[in-house]
Amino acid sequence: MIVEVEKQGQNIIVRLQGELDLCTAEEFKRVVEANLETRGVKNMILNLAGVPFIDSSGLGAILGRYKNIQERGGKLVAVELVPTVKRIFELSGLPKIIALYDEEAQAVVNI
Amino acid sequence: MEQAKNYMHLELLAKAENVSLARLAVASFAAQLDFTLAEIEEIKVVISETVSNAVIHGYQNEIGLVGIEVKIYFDKMEIIITDQGQGINDIDLARQPAYTTDPERMGLGLSFVDSFMDELKIISAPQQGTKIIMVKYLHDET
Repeated sequence: MIVEVEKQGQNIIVRLQGELDLCTAEEFKRVVEANLETRGVKNMILNLAGVPFIDSSGLGAILGRYKNIQERGGKLVAVELVPTVKRIFELSGLPKIIALYDEEAQAVVNI
Repeated sequence: MEQAKNYMHLELLAKAENVSLARLAVASFAAQLDFTLAEIEEIKVVISETVSNAVIHGYQNEIGLVGIEVKIYFDKMEIIITDQGQGINDIDLARQPAYTTDPERMGLGLSFVDSFMDELKIISAPQQGTKIIMVKYLHDET
């Protein structure tokens, strides 16, 4: 799992490359938490364009970040989901609390 | 019981690193039947959830083996996931959507398995390990 992090003002954009499961979710959590603590950002835009597979461990890791960010008064949104990942997202009910956008630019405007 | 056309049996150490190997192996085996791409994706999620459950809940990250048996029949695939771990205290509770023992988790694992497979049977008792027997039928594309 490659986790790329870019800071843009109050937002961090996190771009993932690889399958998000029990194994890779740990790396995702570790990198995101380290950045949230040290970089003084409020919101997170999670780009999933490079994620071809997700399961409930991956969804749980995203939900955990959502809860932490929400406690600090920020928002988490997800962008560029491939169709297979989007389907799992929708079945889980997560889009009720995590807004999905087609592109990063759209998320930046709406966050 | 009708004779299986093909059979595989994998045994893996219960480690998070092995979950992706398990789902890829079963997905390529499943491709011998005419499942749609969407169905193959569902099978990947099912293997991911059940093998992850064995790692996290069955063995609670201690050392142990997870067995993955797959039988291919003319019109269906049967998958059996076995561990010799902790077992499940209350199977009905574990099957409920959003039931979880950990705030970092969704509690949706078995609920995904239930929706993606046509049959699901869980045999488990505390300290007796867990056996999950699942069947997915080939559906006529209409």
